[in-house]
Amino acid sequence: MTLETFLLLAAALFCVGLFGALSQQSIVMLMMGLELMINGIVVAGAGFWYWVSPGSADGQVLVLVAITVMALEMAMGFAVVTALFRARDVDLTDDAGDLKG
Amino acid sequence: MEAVAFWVLALAAVGSGVAVFVVGSMARATFALLASFLCVGAELLLIGLHYLGVLVILMMIMEMLVMVVFMVAYMMNPAGLMPMTMLHNERGAFAISGTAFAALAVGIFAVPWPARAGNPPRDPTFALGESIMGSKMLVMMVIGIAILATMIATVVLAAHRGRYDRDGAS
Repeated sequence: MTLETFLLLAAALFCVGLFGALSQQSIVMLMMGLELMINGIVVAGAGFWYWVSPGSADGQVLVLVAITVMALEMAMGFAVVTALFRARDVDLTDDAGDLKG
Repeated sequence: MEAVAFWVLALAAVGSGVAVFVVGSMARATFALLASFLCVGAELLLIGLHYLGVLVILMMIMEMLVMVVFMVAYMMNPAGLMPMTMLHNERGAFAISGTAFAALAVGIFAVPWPARAGNPPRDPTFALGESIMGSKMLVMMVIGIAILATMIATVVLAAHRGRYDRDGAS
């Protein structure tokens, strides 16, 4: 267990999540990808706390913020899916491309 | 011993993370995601973050159970009775995430990380509580406001249109 291996785990989780967020058609699966990305951030924050600056609690506070963001992201995501589904019967990202440039 | 536990949990976390996008059913994907979160929670326990580790484990169990309900509510194929793939631009996504991982890995091993400053406190949970109720209280207040705003916004978004705004509902 070193900082490098911990960060490597974080990077692997982040990139698996990135793949899901970019490739999934279902909005709920896309949100799972986002959750995995934030999961990686939690690991990286904890690793930096333990190996770089364990004396202060800043790293722990950052992990706490990331966990909160994870929960809020999921709540907002489901609310948006519900609104979208109510209005248009849509649950795929390809059908919700209104903002496509 | 700790190193073995770290690698086993790390491989399980990444493996179940990959499984999320490989398995054929949404319900299975949710539980694979839950397994990934549980492994990460255990990793936090390994480096002495007992409160945050248990927080991740308990919160993610609840969150994923809520997610299963949504899966069953919205998905055409919650139980995986008809295997299917629902991907777009798979090759592009694979290239982007692979490149990102390679860049991150190079950075992780190339950057000279600073030396460890200080030692972990005897009780990290106590240190965390003291700091969010002391010098980092602003963070806690912002989190509180954000949670309140999210609760209001989710109810507004998810509720049926009331009788006062039926013109806005299309």
